[in-house]
Amino acid sequence: MSVIQVDNLKKSFGQLEVLKDISTEVKEQEVVCVIGPSGSGKSTFLRCLNRLEDITDGHVIVNGHDITDPKININKIRQEVGMVFQHFNLFPHMTVMENITLAPIKARGADKEAAKQTALQLLKKVGLEEKANSYPGELSGGQKQRVAIARALAMEPKVMLFDEPTSALDPEMIGEVLEVMKDLAREGMTMVVVTHEMGFAREVGDRVIFMDGGFIVEENVPSELFGNPQHERTKAFLGKVL
Amino acid sequence: MEIFQEALPVLWAGLKLTAYITVIGLLFGFIIGLITALFRLSPISPLRWVAIWFINFVRGTPFLVQLFFIYFGLNTLPFISLQPVTAGIVGIAINAGAYIAEIVRAGIQSIDKGQTEAARTLGLTGAQTMRYVILPQALRRMLPTFVNQAIISLKDTSLLSVIGIAELTQRGQVVVSATYEPFKIWGMVALMYFILIYLLTKLGDYLERRYEQR
Repeated sequence: MSVIQVDNLKKSFGQLEVLKDISTEVKEQEVVCVIGPSGSGKSTFLRCLNRLEDITDGHVIVNGHDITDPKININKIRQEVGMVFQHFNLFPHMTVMENITLAPIKARGADKEAAKQTALQLLKKVGLEEKANSYPGELSGGQKQRVAIARALAMEPKVMLFDEPTSALDPEMIGEVLEVMKDLAREGMTMVVVTHEMGFAREVGDRVIFMDGGFIVEENVPSELFGNPQHERTKAFLGKVL
Repeated sequence: MEIFQEALPVLWAGLKLTAYITVIGLLFGFIIGLITALFRLSPISPLRWVAIWFINFVRGTPFLVQLFFIYFGLNTLPFISLQPVTAGIVGIAINAGAYIAEIVRAGIQSIDKGQTEAARTLGLTGAQTMRYVILPQALRRMLPTFVNQAIISLKDTSLLSVIGIAELTQRGQVVVSATYEPFKIWGMVALMYFILIYLLTKLGDYLERRYEQR
């Protein structure tokens, strides 16, 4: 069963058409990596999957709900779609614990103590249980991103979206974040990852999508897409980044 | 020396009234400002329109005229009878409210868009996002500007003497006409305002330091 299904998705900002005609799907427990040059529309594509961007045309079906339907309760849908940002976007005025428990308590009405227990388990999972009472300002970039992952996981999402999660990190901190993401993939989390980390895409991805100019140029299993690209543009891009 | 001892209790009573009107006026002014700012940023256009024209109108008219309108103008209407102090508080609240609305709006808009996006992707509603994520950060950021507005409003209360409120300036006038000592009395009045405002800036500095860390 597909967790996300995208049919003829189009997205324009004013006159500028950023996504021209995107159709694909993400199956349960699948890890899909989206690669491509900057400006190719890959981040916009990801942001359409939870309607962070208004969808101009086409349909996006998430967990069986068409999120382009204006009558749909988008807050309910978003509770099941975790998202991790390039710039972390932790809430700076809250402790790590408060960052993680805010949404479970306020959006889902979870019991405070139960939410705290879950948060502690998640912090343990990302290796930061001793940071529960720290503020984001006291953490390194890698630690912030791991907290952001824990915060998204606290809503028990069915799918996780990652928007260039390691692009804002110092090189020595990239590994610790990728490690957490690999663990998630191993546990069977459905993931869509926009990334410049070709190593990660090759090793962890079940499928890799190459985007350019607002289109999906090519999608395939990593070994094929990296080892035997079919399109000129894919070859040119991979030639530059690998 | 004698004149100071005579004047002090009278002026002190005026100072207390000045402080009282300022505090209550600002309290309501803050509520008006917060609501107006939220209206101003609302996706609902009639609310935006009300907020914009409230702000424009208050900023585009002198405080003294607003005060005369509230005290003399509104009091001619049926079922309205405002005491001078009430009218003064209403005037300060409305005037400060319009300026505070713009302060709050700027504070809200200064918060990074990523904060809203993170909160909304977690499934929080727009209102929850505003309440738990955006406003706490915005209010901290606008604290210095808010202290500035508090000082302006405090000084504006001296205009309330014209509608017969026995606040500090009005009491100064009374004492001067009784004693013929304008130099000493107005000097005293100025010093009392200065001390009050100085304490206010110190309070602002303290609050700012307290919330600065995060």
